[in-house]
Amino acid sequence: MDQETRLQMLHDMLLARAFEERAAEEYTKGNIGGFLHLYPGEEAVAVGVLHAAEPSDYVVSTYREHVHAMVRGMPPGVVMAELFGKRDGCSRGMGGSMHLFDRERRFMGGYAIVGETYPVAIGIGYAIAMRKLPEAVICFFGDGAVNQGTFHESLNMAALWKLPVLFVCENNHYQIGTEIHRHSAVTEVYRRACAHRIPARKADGMDVFEVHQATRMALDQIRQDTGPYLLEFETYRFRGHSMADPGTYRPKVEVQAKEKEDPVAVAIAETLPGYPTAEQIAAAGTDSITRMTDTMNAGGHLPGDTLQRIEAQVAQEVEEAVAFAQASPEPTMEDARAALDCNRGMEVLI
Amino acid sequence: MTEEVFYWQALNRALDAELAADDAVFVLGEDVGLYGGSYRVTEGLYAKYGEWRVRDTPISEGSFTGLGVGAALAGMRPVVEIMTINFSLLALDAIVNMAAKVPFMSGGQFPMPLVVRMPGGVAKQLAAQHSQRLEQMYMNVPGLRLAVPSTPQDAWWQLRQAIRSDEPIVLLEHELLYFSKGPLDVTAGAPPMHRAAVRRKGADLTLVAWSRMVDLSLRAAGRLAEQGIEVEVIDLRSLRPIDWDTCAESVQRTHNLLVVEEDSGFAGAGAEVVATLGERCFFDLDAPPRRLAAEELPIPYNRNLEAACIPTVSGIVQTVKEMLEGGENP
Repeated sequence: MDQETRLQMLHDMLLARAFEERAAEEYTKGNIGGFLHLYPGEEAVAVGVLHAAEPSDYVVSTYREHVHAMVRGMPPGVVMAELFGKRDGCSRGMGGSMHLFDRERRFMGGYAIVGETYPVAIGIGYAIAMRKLPEAVICFFGDGAVNQGTFHESLNMAALWKLPVLFVCENNHYQIGTEIHRHSAVTEVYRRACAHRIPARKADGMDVFEVHQATRMALDQIRQDTGPYLLEFETYRFRGHSMADPGTYRPKVEVQAKEKEDPVAVAIAETLPGYPTAEQIAAAGTDSITRMTDTMNAGGHLPGDTLQRIEAQVAQEVEEAVAFAQASPEPTMEDARAALDCNRGMEVLI
Repeated sequence: MTEEVFYWQALNRALDAELAADDAVFVLGEDVGLYGGSYRVTEGLYAKYGEWRVRDTPISEGSFTGLGVGAALAGMRPVVEIMTINFSLLALDAIVNMAAKVPFMSGGQFPMPLVVRMPGGVAKQLAAQHSQRLEQMYMNVPGLRLAVPSTPQDAWWQLRQAIRSDEPIVLLEHELLYFSKGPLDVTAGAPPMHRAAVRRKGADLTLVAWSRMVDLSLRAAGRLAEQGIEVEVIDLRSLRPIDWDTCAESVQRTHNLLVVEEDSGFAGAGAEVVATLGERCFFDLDAPPRRLAAEELPIPYNRNLEAACIPTVSGIVQTVKEMLEGGENP
C-alpha cells in the first residue's frame, strides 16, 4: 500500500468519526429527523473494504451507510444535506439518512428493510455477469440480517450462477438489542456461506489494514469469474442501534473494552513512527503483534504533524458540510413529484 | 394481418419480440426456461435466447424479484414471472418497498424498467391459497403501475409497452384467460398502455370491469340487449392509473354505474372506482352506484361453492335489472 492511500484511509477514518459525532449533535438539535443509525466503532470496515474496490464496482448498503457513501467519494456536505432533508442532498431530500444514493459513484443505495441488500446485489451481479464485465458488487449487511430468508435465497443464486458479488458482513454482534448468541444458532456468520459453496473468511474488523487486505484478496478472486465470496468482519458500534436507542442493554465493561480496540486509534497508532511501545503491544494482545510489527517495519508513515493536519482538515470539512446543509433550500412538492415521475419520459399513459 | 391466437401465445410473441429487439431484456422465474413456463408463456424462448436471458430460478420469489430490481438499477430490463399472484406475497418487499420506491427515494436518479408478470384470479378448484385476485394490494402503491389485459391483443400490446417503459409495472394476467382465444394483429398501433376501452356501447348503464370479468360483462350485456337494455361495457385495461375520463364520460351519458369485480368487494378495486366516479359524477347518477363482487370468503375448493363465490353472467344481468328497475338496493 502506498503512502497516499494510507493517508487517505486515515483521513476517511477520521472524517467518518467526526461526521457521525456531528450528525448525532445535529440530531439532538432537531436538524436531523427520523431514524439516525451511526457508525462510530465500525469505520475500519467501510474504509478498508471500499478502498480495496474499484470505481467501476457497485456498492449496495444498509441504513447505516453514511460512511460507506463518503468513503465512496460522496461529498460530506451532500450527505449532511440529505440527513437534513434538503434539496442539495444526494437524494434531494426524498431519502434521508437511510436512503443515500449516488448513481455516478455506483452507490446503489441504502436499504432500510433488513435483508434487502442481497437481492439488489445479485441483480446487479447478474447484469455484470450477463454482459461479461470485469466489475463486482459489494453487498453490505449486518449480523442481524443473516436470518432473513433473502440471505440464503440470494447466496444460493449467487453461487449457482457464479455472480461477482462480495458479501460483506459487518458483524457488530447486535441486532438492535439482541446479542448474536440470542439471535443466531451459528454465531460465526462466515460458516453459513459453506452451505452454498461460497468461499468465506472472517477477519478482524477493527483493523483497517486487515480489512483492506482481506477485501483485496476476495475481489481479486471474484474477478477471476469464480463466483461470489463472503467476508465477515467482527466489529462493534459504540453507540446504540440508532439515536432512538441508548444502548442500555449492553454491559458497560463490554463497551469500554471495545472502545480500547477503537479502529481509529489503531489506524493512527499503526502509522505513527516508533509505534508500538511495549505497553501498546501488551494492550493490543498477542494476535495483533505480527500485524503491528509488519506495519511498523513499513514505518515512518506519519511524519511530523501529519496527523494533526488531517484532523484539522476533517474538522473543517465537517463544519463546511453542516454549513452546506443549512444553506441548502427545502425541497418542494414539485420536486417530490418529479422524483416519482423521473422515469416517465415522454410516455403517455392514458 | 389479424389471426386468432391464445392469450398465452400473444404474451409469448411479445416476449419474443422484445428479447429480439433489446439485449438488455431478460426473463426470469420458476420454470420459465427448459420447462417453457407453467402456462406456456415462455415456450421456445430458452432454446432461442439461452439460459442467461431466459433464466430458470430456484423457488425464491423474494430474492429473484429483488434480483430484477437490482438488474434494473444496473441498466437491464428484467421481466420477472411469478407463477401466480399468490406467491407474489413473498415478493412484496421487492415490488412495494424496492421497485416502487427506489427511483423516488434516490431523488429521481435511477431507472426501474422492471416488469413483474403474474396471473391472478379464480381458476378451477385451486382452493383458497391459489385463487386470490389481490389487485387492490398493488393499486395502493404510488410508484407502481398495474395493467390488466383481458384480450390477446391487449396482452401483446401491454406487455411490450411495459417492457419498454422505464417505470416498474405489474402485469396481472389470469389463469383462465391464458387458453382463451382472440384476434391479434401485431401490426396494429397500440393505444396508450393505461387507456380504458369501451368494448360495447350502450345508453342505459355503464358497466366497468377488467380482466376476465370483461368477458362475463359482455355476455351479460348481450342478454340484456335482448330484453331492450343497452349496457355500455368499459374494460379498464389498467388499475393504476385508471382512465377516469373515459369512465366519467360514459357515466354522464348513462347515469348508472355498476362495477363487476372478481375480487372481494371490501376495500377492493371496485370501491376505488365507485368512490372516484361517485365524487366526480354524483349529480349525473340516477341511482347509487353499485359493485358486484366476490363473496367475502376465501375461495372454497368445492366446485359449486367456488362458482357461487364470484360474479356470474346471470348475476350481472340480475343486478343491472335491479338497478334500472329502481328496486330496493340490498
